[in-house]
Amino acid sequence: MDAFTTHTGTVAPLRRSNVDTDQIIPAVYLKRVTRSGFEDGLFEAWRTNEPDFVLNQPQYQGASVLVAGPDFGTGSSREHAVWALMDGGFRAVISSRFADIFRNNSTKSGLLTVLLPQEEVEALWAASESDPATQVTVDLQANEVRWDDRVVPFHIDEYTRWRLLEGLDDVGLTERHLDDIEAYEAARPAWKPRALPALPVA
Amino acid sequence: MRNQGDMLTERDTAVPKTLAEKVYDAHVVRSTEGEPDLLYIDLHLVHEVTSPQAFDGLRAAGRRVRRPDLTMATEDHNVPTLDILAPIADPVSRAQVDALRRNAAEFGIRLAPMGDRDQGIVHVIGPQLGLTQPGMTIVCGDSHTSTHGAFGALAFGIGTSEVEHVLATQTLPQYRPKQMSVTVDGELPPGVSAKDVILAVIAQIGTGGGQGHVIEYRGSAIEAMSMEARMTICNMSIEAGAKAGLIAPDRTTFDFLRGKPHAPQGADWDAAVEYWSTLRTDEGAVFDREVVIDAAALTPFVTWGTNPGQGLPIAERVPDPAQITDENERRDVEGALAYMGLTPGTPLREIAVDTVFLGSCTNGRIEDLRVAAELLKGRRIDANTRMLVVPGSVGVKAQAEAEGLDRVFVEAGAEWRGAGCSMCLGMNPDQLAPGERSASTSNRNFQGRQGKGGRTHLVSPAVAAATALTGHLAAPADLTTVDA
Repeated sequence: MDAFTTHTGTVAPLRRSNVDTDQIIPAVYLKRVTRSGFEDGLFEAWRTNEPDFVLNQPQYQGASVLVAGPDFGTGSSREHAVWALMDGGFRAVISSRFADIFRNNSTKSGLLTVLLPQEEVEALWAASESDPATQVTVDLQANEVRWDDRVVPFHIDEYTRWRLLEGLDDVGLTERHLDDIEAYEAARPAWKPRALPALPVA
Repeated sequence: MRNQGDMLTERDTAVPKTLAEKVYDAHVVRSTEGEPDLLYIDLHLVHEVTSPQAFDGLRAAGRRVRRPDLTMATEDHNVPTLDILAPIADPVSRAQVDALRRNAAEFGIRLAPMGDRDQGIVHVIGPQLGLTQPGMTIVCGDSHTSTHGAFGALAFGIGTSEVEHVLATQTLPQYRPKQMSVTVDGELPPGVSAKDVILAVIAQIGTGGGQGHVIEYRGSAIEAMSMEARMTICNMSIEAGAKAGLIAPDRTTFDFLRGKPHAPQGADWDAAVEYWSTLRTDEGAVFDREVVIDAAALTPFVTWGTNPGQGLPIAERVPDPAQITDENERRDVEGALAYMGLTPGTPLREIAVDTVFLGSCTNGRIEDLRVAAELLKGRRIDANTRMLVVPGSVGVKAQAEAEGLDRVFVEAGAEWRGAGCSMCLGMNPDQLAPGERSASTSNRNFQGRQGKGGRTHLVSPAVAAATALTGHLAAPADLTTVDA
């Protein structure tokens, strides 16, 4: 996973709530077995059907911080939504509420999801709409979002923050505790089901 | 470190626990201040869409699957429901299914491929095989894994990175979720089902209402439900934003499981039931949030918008954005109505439907098919409406055919298809055309979910059947005035 320390870029103001992962990337793109190259599916329906959609507007080309309405990333668990956003050039998403699975997935790939109060989201929307060149800095070392003369702190749990700052994968960290896993397995009841071997229907 | 051996002593201590806390605590491999807990996973279900990159990750790191015997794979999302024994025509879908077959063979994982007697939607086959049992932790790279919570399991959807983590270690780092209860007391009126209950719950608490929480569904209406109905309820916990949903196991649960291929037998069965019987929320356990629903006040429920929280009783009308004061909310409702092609104030019952889809992990089980067949029996569906009936698994299909339900559907003018996820998300050829409107027993009415430009109304199996017969959104009670 890529480490995330601090990032500065321009904002794409997405004034919509309940942006589900089917909108971020439609299911048809999920047939691929690769882990990159999903930028063509990013918000595909809105980019195709809505000329006014924020990512179709020339002044927001190159934006790397997506600022969205509440409940961003609801629905399907598809991690492809995170990959599509990153492949599309986004390094951070700011919203007042995220769906749990999307937020969890984002921490596995180095996409920073930042929780800010809705009034700060509104302020960022207003700033980037009045001046699309507005630079916003998302600083994970200082736990701050900064733009113009504003400094807004945000909270993220310390463990996730450390993993993102270091760019560490979970699997390697968990493998340090193999002895604990083996001890747990030794105590599991024998009647717990196993998928192997396949057993006949009675 | 804690393990099952400690559970007995924990149970005797003073702190009352919720059902979800009991299951969680019984699976903590390691707990350290300042770090997420490491949770053991009893069952990992795998399908073709969210797993290929995870297996690639294992290969790249030279890792194996730690517990192939606790892993079960099937093909469901891409699976055509016609000509299922022919190679998949779409080369991209075929390549994805082929990748799963190669990975299952290479890593020694059991796979139920197309044509196999155990194949079906991953959330239908787990319970059907008896692999889903009370008190387990169950994960899958699929948000509707919450379905398995109907058995009193802690079951939740994960992303592909976590799929790789579970394949490699059989564990997941987790933070303790918050606890929420949804109590449904009273008796459901005739024609009102589990689907109507969960749609009403989501409309009440919103698509983010359950965020960070595990929901325990309780109350006399839940206790009176069959396992199929409980699975419908738990299935859509994710549509309320919850991490998982679960229901305390009881006699209904045990009766469902007894004799299933992977259910415990003999002395093991007795030991299991003894443990499962302890899986109830203790008196005095604290929920972070509590919601109460009066079952007797519920009516058939349908969605009008583009998220599952945008639903109303079928007797209502399409909402009017002009009456919404909050600017963001008004813009969302306007956007939803524009996409859905609906005029504010239209009675929901007057909305004409092109396609009815009966199926999915929400409502593709035998009881769902029975309810719909009962209404369709001896009647013909509307001439301008098509109806797809897609059983949730090969097992469900076989049982329905043994009961003659397939003939009821076909004689009513519906299409009887093979098993899979099908039109719930249209990764196979079963899709809506642009502008086409469906009444669907699935779980998501998102824009484009059932096909580009498709418009989805979420409904129960009974409403689906009544809608197919009348050609517009309809409740089962409406049918008495239709024919005679």
